[in-house]
Amino acid sequence: MMSSIIERNRYLILRRTIQTGLLILFGGANWWGWKLLQGNYSSAYVLESFYLTDPHAVLQTFATGFIMSSDAIIGGIIVLIFYALIAGRSFCSWVCPVNMVTDLSTWMRKKWKITQKEYFISLNRKTRYWVLGLGILLSPIVGVAAFEMINPITMLHRGIIFGFGAGWAIIIALFLFDLLVVEYGWCGHLCPLGAFYSVTSRFSLIKVKHDVEKCTMCMKCFDVCHEKQVLNLIGEKSGYIVGECSNCGRCIEVCNDSALKYAIYNYKNQEVQR
Amino acid sequence: MAAKQNMNSRRDALKTLFRGAGLLSLGGAVWGSTAVTLKASELTLRPPGALDEYHFVKACIRCGTCVEACPYDTLQLATLDDHTAIGTPFFKPRLIPCYMCTDVPCVPVCPSGALDVKKIAKQNDGVKTGKPDINKAKMGVAMLDQEACLAYWGIQCDACYRACPLFGEAITLEFKRNERTGKHAFLKPVVHRDICTGCGLCEHACVTEKAAIFVLPRSVATGKVGAHYIKGWDKDDEERLRNLKEKKTEESSPEDELNDWEYLLDDE
Repeated sequence: MMSSIIERNRYLILRRTIQTGLLILFGGANWWGWKLLQGNYSSAYVLESFYLTDPHAVLQTFATGFIMSSDAIIGGIIVLIFYALIAGRSFCSWVCPVNMVTDLSTWMRKKWKITQKEYFISLNRKTRYWVLGLGILLSPIVGVAAFEMINPITMLHRGIIFGFGAGWAIIIALFLFDLLVVEYGWCGHLCPLGAFYSVTSRFSLIKVKHDVEKCTMCMKCFDVCHEKQVLNLIGEKSGYIVGECSNCGRCIEVCNDSALKYAIYNYKNQEVQR
Repeated sequence: MAAKQNMNSRRDALKTLFRGAGLLSLGGAVWGSTAVTLKASELTLRPPGALDEYHFVKACIRCGTCVEACPYDTLQLATLDDHTAIGTPFFKPRLIPCYMCTDVPCVPVCPSGALDVKKIAKQNDGVKTGKPDINKAKMGVAMLDQEACLAYWGIQCDACYRACPLFGEAITLEFKRNERTGKHAFLKPVVHRDICTGCGLCEHACVTEKAAIFVLPRSVATGKVGAHYIKGWDKDDEERLRNLKEKKTEESSPEDELNDWEYLLDDE
């Protein structure tokens, strides 16, 4: 019984471990002087030897007309290449701490059966791409990386590592927005960082693969997926899940038919696999 | 019928276009003004080696490695209510001043170049070395409110003078006879702004309820005479005028207007 619960939540447990583990490593650097990971998700100083940098922040800074030092640019390129070529949009569900906040609101939303009233507010899933573009466009106009001035992701992890100040208010607002206003509102509709990684990691190596032969159309994957539009091939044809999929693996865990699994993207033959 | 449908779809497309453009510009205006308001932080003191505020807020990636490198917890990252660009490092000397570490650990760890070792580079025979020199830092400049300073009242206090890490250089004492008592001296602290680093140890040490000596960013605390005023009695300043004249052929700058003042030189 116990082992089946773990089995059915194996990726979820792994994700939460990585998400909290990274926060503890960053926090430990600030609180106790650990040297493993210093800084935060905007730029991390790894083992006092090299930097990993948020490529979206580097891009915005570039848009303001400032060229960062090579340390930051190289760090940004490493991160960009890692997600673009290997891990896909997995930052969002495996690393980003906001994911834990919005997953909590999704969980409560389901538990309390809060349903979305479309006439109240409706958001398009593509809105995030406009936010992404607007942020890059605004950066040179306001003379500062525009999204970084209001970024709730960095506010949350900076808050956890360095102390919140009034940043709590933004995180609570985000939580309530996802809970009461729009389902998957922030991560699934608005966040430009998610949009950035969705665009850049279209051809990443690790993807979720669907086998239509095994699928019984039970729709459990649709229940758990935060980006339902990426599941359009379920029960229709075999192939890889692309687009805004964040490789969270929830669909793999809930599938009783082994019709979904992590796989290496086949660049030549994208639809017919056995 | 087909034509009418076409009209409708075109009208719909235009509607969507205008609605989108409206939303986008509204969002951009709100977002942009928020960003501009949040970064308008003239009174923020930055770590040593920081670029000027205009470039600093662009360059800083808000990672906090400088904050973690600071052994005295002087530096903190701005949160929503700190009235400066959110996530950027700053310090409040009345709480914790900069203790001027000789190895300046906060600067070389900066990945983005917002804190630049070159700005505080140690000089060897006029040649800049790669090593930082904290005494070259220009984090701000100490301002002194003479009305609130006990020493200017005639009460003996030299807390700021003794706290200053550039002892006897950045703050000196000016001796004046106290005419009121007729038998005492004023020991008035005087800040020398070309030497002051803005570390804030004086502000931290000041004994008054609200510090009578306090650090302000240089851009706020200093005035500027303008290039067309020349100290005629100062050989170096005269030189400045001659140098500018020579420069003119190479590049044109706003200081070219100086040439209108050439007759000042002709007098000699």
